[in-house]
Amino acid sequence: MKKILNISIGFLIIAFTFTSCNNGESSKSNGALSSNAAEKVYVAPGEHDEFYAFISGGFSGQLSVYGLPSGRLFKVIPVFSQDAEKAYGYNEETKPMLNTSHGFIPWDDSHHPDISQTKGELDGRYVYINANNTPRIAKIDLTTFETTEIIEIPNSAGNHSSSFVTENTEYVVAGTRFSVPIPQKDMPIKDYKGNFKGALSFLKVNPDNGEMSIKFQILMPGFNYDLSHPGRGKSHGWFFFTTYNTEEASSLLEVNASQNDKDFIAAINWKKIEEYVNNGGGTKMPTNYAHNLYSEETHSATSTMIKEVLTVNPLDVPGAIYFLPTPKSPHGCDVDPSGEYIVGNGKLSADLTVHSFTKMLDAIANKKHDGEAYGIPILRFEDVLAGTVKQSGLGPLHTEFDGKGNAYTTFFISSEVVKWKLGTWEVIDRKPTYYSVGHLMIPGGNSAKPFGKYVLAMNKITKDRYLPTGPEVTQSAQLYDISGDKMELLLDFPTIGEPHYAAGCPASLIKANSKKLYKLAENKHPYAAKSDADTKVTRNGKEVHVQMTMIRSHFSPDNIEGIKVGDKVYFHVTNLEQDYDVPHGIAIIGANTSELLIMPGQTETFVWEPKQVGVWPFYCTDFCSALHQEMQGYVRVSPASSSIPLSWSLGD
Amino acid sequence: MKKSNIIMLIAALLPLGLFLFPLWKITLEAPQYPTPLGMYIHINDFSDVNPFDIKNINLMNHYVGMKYIPDAIPEFKIFPAGILITTILGLIIAFKGNYKWFLSWFILMIVLSTAGLYDFYLWEHDYGHDLDPKAIMKFTNPDGSVMGFQPPLFGTKHILNFTAHSYPRLGSLFLGLGIAASFIAYLVGKKTNKIIS
Repeated sequence: MKKILNISIGFLIIAFTFTSCNNGESSKSNGALSSNAAEKVYVAPGEHDEFYAFISGGFSGQLSVYGLPSGRLFKVIPVFSQDAEKAYGYNEETKPMLNTSHGFIPWDDSHHPDISQTKGELDGRYVYINANNTPRIAKIDLTTFETTEIIEIPNSAGNHSSSFVTENTEYVVAGTRFSVPIPQKDMPIKDYKGNFKGALSFLKVNPDNGEMSIKFQILMPGFNYDLSHPGRGKSHGWFFFTTYNTEEASSLLEVNASQNDKDFIAAINWKKIEEYVNNGGGTKMPTNYAHNLYSEETHSATSTMIKEVLTVNPLDVPGAIYFLPTPKSPHGCDVDPSGEYIVGNGKLSADLTVHSFTKMLDAIANKKHDGEAYGIPILRFEDVLAGTVKQSGLGPLHTEFDGKGNAYTTFFISSEVVKWKLGTWEVIDRKPTYYSVGHLMIPGGNSAKPFGKYVLAMNKITKDRYLPTGPEVTQSAQLYDISGDKMELLLDFPTIGEPHYAAGCPASLIKANSKKLYKLAENKHPYAAKSDADTKVTRNGKEVHVQMTMIRSHFSPDNIEGIKVGDKVYFHVTNLEQDYDVPHGIAIIGANTSELLIMPGQTETFVWEPKQVGVWPFYCTDFCSALHQEMQGYVRVSPASSSIPLSWSLGD
Repeated sequence: MKKSNIIMLIAALLPLGLFLFPLWKITLEAPQYPTPLGMYIHINDFSDVNPFDIKNINLMNHYVGMKYIPDAIPEFKIFPAGILITTILGLIIAFKGNYKWFLSWFILMIVLSTAGLYDFYLWEHDYGHDLDPKAIMKFTNPDGSVMGFQPPLFGTKHILNFTAHSYPRLGSLFLGLGIAASFIAYLVGKKTNKIIS
């Protein structure tokens, strides 16, 4: 215990040395440039930002949409967590989205968003994002900015090295952070070593609609698979995963998983494994996982349980998987735009390690192995090393590229972003972050074509940067201009939850395709009422279905009688508007879910179980028009024994 | 065929452009409509400038008690028939008649067009003034009279928070050119006639 304390004190001292040094540097460059910085992030009223930034909400389970360079928040897209603002996960239509093999899980920890690509460049069609806690991957459709698919990942735990896409969005990956017994079973934890496995899942993406299906899972040795990135260009067809805990410890990992001088980057030739699987390879294994799909036509989601998954034993596909030794507990795993360099940042190492893809192929061809781990060949460190960025900082985590031959790496302990040059491995510039930066993002960072104008640093703590809000203060992102030789800090802005990672893309790729409304004529919701004439209330035992419409500024019907205590009343509400940006809301007194927020042409449903006799109001929750307050109605609730017939009306 | 008759032939055919292009366009601008609402008036129909514009114009207008823009009005049957009949008449004249008939066709078209415009004005007036007595919002002019919401027949006008523009479109140009051409046919025919006599 004393030893651990000493280590952390040691780190703190070094950390302070680094930060104080940096502070001195930054104070020199501040002041004269600050007005210039304000101009660079100023987006005049009515003007649009140049980039979209999709910033994950970390433990909020959501994905937020910001504009860059302004840092303005536009939307929080609910993905893995219920959201009362939009009724996501509360209304009947979206509840199935949060179904899993563990039942209804209305929360998660969303980490790494990635934008779909065509020919190695961002295409602005979908964002994929992982749920870390109960492993899932979601697809967000960028025409509607809605979550339209969630697939659960079986045999996985801590879905962390996820969800990165290959250069034509052939695959989205889901690598497990925690190794677990596969299949799960009741066994002693101390028997971890050699018995637990790490599943790396490859999800095939349908090129037409972006839908995912698990094509195969590679059952890897029981390490922790931390992050991943696809190869591109010359290394297209390969995927790289960092590992830690190659010690296979199961207790006090901060010490026990930090013993080996080198862990590995697992290099996986997925094309080879795909070929093996297409030729009938792999083992079908019984399992149980949910695949949830949202239909824009019915405005409803369905959840299907899938009972089987195809697993691949790495030893059955020789030549497909290699380990690249990488110091020391590497966290980030980033591939440069050309596909040649694979950066593995040993978070406990002061140096940055960069591997060469070409050298890796040579080493494989010449069979220069340095032993093996569970039958998987380990290549020799010196044979695959492209270079080292020496004494670059403390706690290197993640690297992004500007497309101009430079790389930018975050350092968690010394709280800074360091710019260095690919090939010469020299440090060009460093700027402090406030404070404890995790990921950073350059729009197009995970692609062959980065838009190297800005870098966004995502920080874990803010301390004194903003007005205090009690013990809990906001986490934040910081925007730097990287168009010149030196980085320039332009802006701080607060974020939702933990800004774990982000994906960015030019606004022009998305704006033109953004949907303005849902066409009422195409609404195939089974309980839609597409005009006031279609409205009705029907009873089926204790179940009552109200098919209601809404338009500025009334509900139809607005008076309903014949409901009884103990009924389960489904309000299916259709927004008849066909105008951009005119949603309506509805809520009823005593409702224990949330209000509905219904877009033009859409139908949504909430359930209300009246427990008290009376005449109870409902109203529009979204300020919609001059007569918003008048947009209301009443439901009469009679005793369970009542014989009052169902009736409904609007106007006289 | 004489030159004047050829011009008359063209004159008779030009109004058929009304079946291809809209006659008129009314645009409503307001701050909350960065893309203005608009509708085209064709010889036989109303249509949206952008999808659902007419539905949204109706939604806005119901606040002051204006009627819904109807799906069909009798004029949409009469106008196409009128254009077809006058075109046939014009063709007969072009083939059979002399220049004096060209002038008659010209006058006929002027009279019919004026009547059409007047009918359009009457419809607009009714649409803008015959308001639902139970209207949600009532506005009066400075002199105390009930405010009307008639869009301009031609030009631009401010109506509450909207700026309404009302201008002819390509269809009208075809009609106008046809009418003008018939007068040119008359002048050419008259000149040729003089030279011959």
